[in-house]
Amino acid sequence: MTVTLFIPCFVDALYPRAGISMVEILERLGHTVICPEEIACCGQPPFNSGYHAEARTIATPVLEKLGDAEAVVIGSGSCGAMVKKFYPELFAGTRHAELARQVALRTWEFSDFLVNKLGVTGLGAKFPHKVTFHDGCHGLRELGIQKQPRALLAKVQDLELVEMTEISCCGFGGTFAAKFPMISTAMGEVKCAAAAETGAEYIVSSDSSCLMHIQGLLSRQGKPTKTISLAEVLNTR
Amino acid sequence: MSTFVSQFKTQATEKSGDLRLRQFIRTSLRGYEIARDRRKGAFQNWESARQAAAETKWEAVNHLDTHLESLVAKLEARGTKVHWASTGEQAREIIAQILRDKKARLIIKSKAMTSEEIHLNHALEKEGFTVIESDLGEFIVQLRHEAPYHIVFPSMHLTRDDIRDLFQKELGNAPSNTPEDLTMVARRVMRQKYLTADVGFTGANFAIAETGMISITENEGNARLTAALPKTMITLLGIEKVLPRFSDLALFLPMLATAGAGQPMTCYNTMYSGPRQPGECDGPEEWHVILLDNRRTELLADAEQRDALHCIRCGACLNVCPIFRNVGGHTYGTTYSGPVGSVITPHLRGLQEWKHLSNASSLCGACTEACPVKIDLHHHLLQNRRNASAAEPAFFERLAYQIFGIVANEPKFWWLAKKLGWLTQPLHGAVKGSAIDPAKAWTKTRDLPPMPKETFKDWWRNRK
Repeated sequence: MTVTLFIPCFVDALYPRAGISMVEILERLGHTVICPEEIACCGQPPFNSGYHAEARTIATPVLEKLGDAEAVVIGSGSCGAMVKKFYPELFAGTRHAELARQVALRTWEFSDFLVNKLGVTGLGAKFPHKVTFHDGCHGLRELGIQKQPRALLAKVQDLELVEMTEISCCGFGGTFAAKFPMISTAMGEVKCAAAAETGAEYIVSSDSSCLMHIQGLLSRQGKPTKTISLAEVLNTR
Repeated sequence: MSTFVSQFKTQATEKSGDLRLRQFIRTSLRGYEIARDRRKGAFQNWESARQAAAETKWEAVNHLDTHLESLVAKLEARGTKVHWASTGEQAREIIAQILRDKKARLIIKSKAMTSEEIHLNHALEKEGFTVIESDLGEFIVQLRHEAPYHIVFPSMHLTRDDIRDLFQKELGNAPSNTPEDLTMVARRVMRQKYLTADVGFTGANFAIAETGMISITENEGNARLTAALPKTMITLLGIEKVLPRFSDLALFLPMLATAGAGQPMTCYNTMYSGPRQPGECDGPEEWHVILLDNRRTELLADAEQRDALHCIRCGACLNVCPIFRNVGGHTYGTTYSGPVGSVITPHLRGLQEWKHLSNASSLCGACTEACPVKIDLHHHLLQNRRNASAAEPAFFERLAYQIFGIVANEPKFWWLAKKLGWLTQPLHGAVKGSAIDPAKAWTKTRDLPPMPKETFKDWWRNRK
């Protein structure tokens, strides 16, 4: 299969290892990966702030680039939700409405694609650490992704997964983190405390943006817990 | 910045840094979640129950006109006096006029968020009436001259010690901080008031169109005493409280108790169908029911967000909301706080003045998941943002997105932006977290990740 991999702007600029891991995993599974270089951002920041025209300016070339893809795989639940769930809403009533619906049908979040499209869970990874998994809210509640990353982690050799007692937002929320920094920080601190209670060495997530927020708090507070993307864990040997 | 926004931001900053309160609220709501989940298990299928409840509410709200007519006809047939109030001001005047006609002095009240919405106590006290809240939580916040902290748990922000100290100061009596002792103190005050009150005032949880009944749910028995003892009873409710059939309560009563408090059923569930009838030995001689619009019909006219009128005020969305948990109820500055408050307040009190509540969300969707009547809460926050930005775009914010669009759409600019970030990041250390730090909103409490020399796209290009 030819997979069109959409690497979110965060991953491109700040967490290239997560994106590289996705490419390597998909290629190892025998798929052809293409990565349109013109795509930078899905347009979620202006969309979530209510600026739909500005969001369409960014999203239109993305949609056109993804138009004839066999399968679109996005390395983030948040950007995945944007394309899969919110593009049809953003483009409703425009000449791109049908294209947005079509692309949404062929779009997958990375872990969902592995488990539910390719039917793969075992990737031969080995990660001898105690980890906990953070569900990014968009992946969890907009796309209903919860079992998929756990099915993948269950097959990682020597990995011990300890769940947090509460499912809660990390407090990132895009521009929310800058508009309401103290609320965002408080939410992140609650998240970090929940993760620390598990005794995990690593917090794993499908969303690098959540991890950026969590890691930003952990390192400022000198906490030992580390963060790592799911793709990187799955790409270990 | 409007005063509502600056008040919100100031209080949110203060409250979200209060670690004692954070831990206290987190612990108590954790207890709620465990109880709620256990009770959800008693439903054969909670998700199907939610769907059924949502459909019943759609039916009620989409045919509100006929249901209200039926409700009123049935109520009036048994001698209830029904009043229609378009605004809070009208409702206050109707109530005040009844009190004047009755030459009332003391009014005992059971819990009613609609009365908070129209600022009833304040208006009545200004006219010289004495108003006593009989719900224990409401009684406590009334003694503190505060608004309820939460729509279901008005005094959840207070510890037992806080309440003991308050009773000691205001009532001169607080033997200990145990719930039993504190309740007995409140009860001794309250029992006298029930006997001497001229008018009993209640809210409503549901109104049954089919039978013309008002359903009131409570845990303390105070609403029953409020309704039964005084000669005159007044009930104020929003027009969205209507349910089509009596049998709908079979779903809604356990659902409200489960979602709201993790209870199988609330302790007392009473249906009122009229004042004292000939031959009956108790109940009020006169019953006035006031149906309040107060811009609910404007929400009804909004096809996209009409389902916000499904709200049964259970508070489930507040309980799970990470914003509410961290900033607390008073910070919102509104009668209805939490996610549902952030959705409806812009409709009830003006979009531009209250849009900040819709912005103050990470859009995590925990509220929508928790809502027993399936209100699409977090998407309504997005719609409020869209409507607010379309009506009055913020100049600099829109400009920033326009510039971002130009950079994101041109690979050369995008590449340059990343390289500039990588080159300038080492210099950032000098200003990090200070007033001149361009990223200070982030860096005051959080570190930024180091920018890699080779971005993903560099890697992709190089390997080709």
